Amino acid sequence: MAAIKTLEIISPGIMTTVQDKGRYGYGRFGVATSGALDSFSMRVANLLVGNREDQACLETMLLGPGIKFLTEVVIAVTGGDLQPKKNKQPIEMWRSQAFKKDDVLSFGNAISGFRAYIAVAGGIGVPRVMGSRSTNLPSGFGGHEGRTLKKEDILVCDEPRGSMIEPERFFNPEWIPQYSNKWKLRVVLGPQDDQFPDVSLDTFSEGTYTMSQDSDRTGIRLEGSEIWCKPEVEASIVSEGVIAGSIQIPGDGKPIIILGETVTGGYRKIATVISADLPLLGQIKPGDGVQFEVKSLEQAHLALQKMEDRINDFKRKIN
Amino acid sequence: MLYEKLKFRTMGDRSLLVELGDEISPSVNQRVQELFTALDLHPVDGVRELVPSYRSLLVVYDPLNISLADLKRTIRDTYQNLDQTELPEPRTIDIPIVYGGEQGPDLDSVAQYHHITPQAVIDYHTGPTYRVYMIGFTPGYPYLGEVPDAIATPRRKTPRILVPKGSVGIAKQQTGIYSVDSPGGWQIIGWTPVNLFDPQARPPSLLMMGDRVRFQAICAQEASQWQP
Repeated sequence: MAAIKTLEIISPGIMTTVQDKGRYGYGRFGVATSGALDSFSMRVANLLVGNREDQACLETMLLGPGIKFLTEVVIAVTGGDLQPKKNKQPIEMWRSQAFKKDDVLSFGNAISGFRAYIAVAGGIGVPRVMGSRSTNLPSGFGGHEGRTLKKEDILVCDEPRGSMIEPERFFNPEWIPQYSNKWKLRVVLGPQDDQFPDVSLDTFSEGTYTMSQDSDRTGIRLEGSEIWCKPEVEASIVSEGVIAGSIQIPGDGKPIIILGETVTGGYRKIATVISADLPLLGQIKPGDGVQFEVKSLEQAHLALQKMEDRINDFKRKIN
Repeated sequence: MLYEKLKFRTMGDRSLLVELGDEISPSVNQRVQELFTALDLHPVDGVRELVPSYRSLLVVYDPLNISLADLKRTIRDTYQNLDQTELPEPRTIDIPIVYGGEQGPDLDSVAQYHHITPQAVIDYHTGPTYRVYMIGFTPGYPYLGEVPDAIATPRRKTPRILVPKGSVGIAKQQTGIYSVDSPGGWQIIGWTPVNLFDPQARPPSLLMMGDRVRFQAICAQEASQWQP
């Protein structure tokens, strides 16, 4: 497929990176998955522009970038409402939008949520590294030169499949996630919940935590009631594999929700965020309140099925 | 000690932590390597990722593709028939290290901690043939053991914000090599010019679980002329 110079970054925003569904199969080499933190929004954005759901998009945070298009394109913006604009006029999110050559996409403030996803028909055409186009920021590879985008970066896209403009696509308004500043995250207990006393498990499920400023794509750090493991167990455990959504309790008792940039760790994990709620982790912002709601594995799998059903229904609708 | 039966720990609705034993030991780790190798050679539908570590194997799966019960059964069956899995002869890789100086800022304090000379620390550190217990923390970062008791040293009280790529560290009985620039709390006693991680290479990591590693002391001039 021919690569076309598609867009130029005219202002980078706070943190804009290229992300797809993530890098799988390299955990054995210490390589984390990276990938879009809010994968639901990323998948829908891709489908809105006629891409496969796993193609590379731009992920941006809080203050979005300014992007000048170098050719005619169809794009879609999903995720948190960062007030996207076309040539300074507000545009609707969760809907395909046609941009002409020299049109500019810009953003205002974050009204709700934290991260937005920009899909471009054809998909962002950075080289694949270990099977994925996602940026691994801590180790500096993947995405566009392994880093956040900066002014004057030019990105190519692959030639889109099929017709570019028709038909106009939008996501079922009832299924657009609503983000507030108070979050209830569903979790299943484990893998080391047996090493916390009942009083700590109660603190965990009844307390309200606040996302700390000191958070990044590696993890969401929480302030609030501290959680202690049983007195007879050591503070740390033998290092083992971890996944996005693992809630680890370090020595200071303050929970950290691991995101996609960590592959192993030596802290106890009291619980794990369920797959259906993982996309929300990309939308919680510093200062937001977080509560945990313990669910069974069966409930977690049903919730995941429901999310996948929505994506599949949407796929059927647009095809 | 190796458990009599596998211990399954639930890590969320899409991954399973399979614990094989309760300690850091070559025998438990070898068993993890065998289970990992068997599941890797005969891929199970619905399994997306295998992350082996000291005493456990993390199995990431797609719960809409394979049920947890089926996954556990497959893993148990594989474990019972592990004797049919032959591990390849371990590779031995020599890694040259410049000890001390600016690139090994903690060599002297490790020596003082144990009331020995910096040269004795070097002699102890280059003594053993180490086992690669796991790769983790950052891409290509090897956890090696065991460091002789005579130089085993706890982590630094305050971790460094930036430890340069190639730095060689000690944390208790473990030694490791920072594969990329990253924060870190291990006692840094030296530096190697060897590149441990290349995202474009196949495989991307120089070392893999089960490899053996020997360290050799070289001088700064040899390091500057070092060719891969």
